[in-house]
Amino acid sequence: MIIIYINMKLLKHDDCFMKIKSTEIDDTFAEAFKMFGSRIIITAETKEWAIAAAQSVTGFATSVIGCKCEAGIETEILPENSPDQRHGISVLFFAMDSESLGKRLVERIGQSVMTCPSTSCFNGIDDGNEVGVGGQLRYFGDGHQISKKILNKRLWRIPVMDGEFLVDDIFRVKEAVGGGNILIMAKDQNTALKAAKSAVKAMREVQNIILPFPNGVVRSGSKVGSKYKALIASTNDAYCPTLSSVVEKTEIGEGVNCVLEIVIDGLGLEDVEQAMRVGAEAAIKPGVKKISAGNYGGGLGQYKIHLHKLLAKGEK
Amino acid sequence: MPLHLKLHTQPEVPLEADCICPDKIQSLKGSEISSMIVFHGNRQVKLGEFFDCKGEFDGEIIIDGDLNNVKHVGASMTFGKIIIEGNIGLHTGAAMQGGEIIIEGNAADWLAAEMQGGKITVKGNAGHMTGSGYRGSTVGMQGGEIFIHGNVKNETGHVMRRGLIVVGGDSGDFTGVNMIAGTIIVLGNMGIRTGAGMRRGSIICFNEAEILPTFTRNCVYKPSFIKFYINYLEKNGFSIDSSYTNGTFERWSGDSIELNRGEVLLSQYKNK
Repeated sequence: MIIIYINMKLLKHDDCFMKIKSTEIDDTFAEAFKMFGSRIIITAETKEWAIAAAQSVTGFATSVIGCKCEAGIETEILPENSPDQRHGISVLFFAMDSESLGKRLVERIGQSVMTCPSTSCFNGIDDGNEVGVGGQLRYFGDGHQISKKILNKRLWRIPVMDGEFLVDDIFRVKEAVGGGNILIMAKDQNTALKAAKSAVKAMREVQNIILPFPNGVVRSGSKVGSKYKALIASTNDAYCPTLSSVVEKTEIGEGVNCVLEIVIDGLGLEDVEQAMRVGAEAAIKPGVKKISAGNYGGGLGQYKIHLHKLLAKGEK
Repeated sequence: MPLHLKLHTQPEVPLEADCICPDKIQSLKGSEISSMIVFHGNRQVKLGEFFDCKGEFDGEIIIDGDLNNVKHVGASMTFGKIIIEGNIGLHTGAAMQGGEIIIEGNAADWLAAEMQGGKITVKGNAGHMTGSGYRGSTVGMQGGEIFIHGNVKNETGHVMRRGLIVVGGDSGDFTGVNMIAGTIIVLGNMGIRTGAGMRRGSIICFNEAEILPTFTRNCVYKPSFIKFYINYLEKNGFSIDSSYTNGTFERWSGDSIELNRGEVLLSQYKNK
């Protein structure tokens, strides 16, 4: 074993063992998937209404397994940087294919943004496949909709009861990365919650990513398949502390009584890696026994993000 | 180096110079350009009888001199750039499909008549029928952008179907008459009978205007799409009071003698 001091942190590292402070870093990898992502920008008269629309449009969008898409608030946009000089919120959406993502955008912008007072909605990425959103939603105008083309970009003005809903004709979707993750394995629930909170706070500083679960954290990690034929996924029993002595294979080590997961979707692999790195570093606290990551043996996802490499890179 | 055309002899009657167009000049050399045929009244003459030609065409043509009597410059052009250093005569950029024309002085009537694409900027004033259809045409301007920093006269955007016309100063009577669609923005004042016979389209004015009785008032609201136009106009050299950006507009629908789907938006800012 070699012992390295970097940035005044004690790092113990050999081929299969890594420890930062008192937290072990599991020699494993997060298995991430190729997805399609899109960014929308919601603006409104006040920040309050922009947030209301953003919260509504990202509701029930934690996992593609049950929600058809994953979505979350990326960041706040100040009026001077927003497309129409109003308060803005950028939101990222992810789905398994481009067509499906386009449908989700139409549904969710139509039901959650167009319905919210004073809002407008704009495409937030420049490259990728085109999907018609405003061009679909315009029919709500029942023939009274008006299009305007400014700088080769078409906008639709759809009459609504507080004036007009302004929406881009075309939104773009591009290849993205979903399912990056870290697992925080702690001595108790309080410690795990505090560590997860710190990790989420650090991750949210990273651009181009979202954490689609409630407050960014998920407790019901899943494995592929179930004893019940109708289910495609079921509880990740290897990480359930209550089953540590019951299941054939458990990942619950000595002193671990609670596991929380943070899932990251991003527009690029580097963004997801960066979020995992800062999140794992922020989660290292007394009482956090181990930082691990979820995977399916490496046979399903297109990307493997190894924790040891990731954190060693961070230390450099 | 761009092709430089300098007027050395003032035409006594209008000179029809539709050959001054990148599409027609691109494959010609100096002497061939001077030999191009123009109509001086009803007489065919060589371009060189009126213009000195210097330089090689590299996508850009610069024209110098008092060109008030020179017509059809840039007509039907599809690419390239023409810079006119002074005033220019009738029908400049008529049926233009692409490229750009910059006029440092004033433009005469029928500027960009039946334009289909491209961009024209006039630093001075423009005449009657800017961006309009010719008499008898059912469709006028079908695309492109016209930016006039000064004033325009009557019937701007007549039977316009698509595109953008911006007037930095005042517009005359019948702005957007029989308009089919598209957008006209007037930063100054408009004359009478705005939008007469319009079917669809938007006429946006930053001042009060006299509205025809066949238009109906809808509401006062904040049309957020106008911010996109304001940003675009500022990028194109127009100076706009920032108070307009978040201001309200009064919306009028018309013309009810037609489809009644057109709109006239009048800024309320000046009334405050």
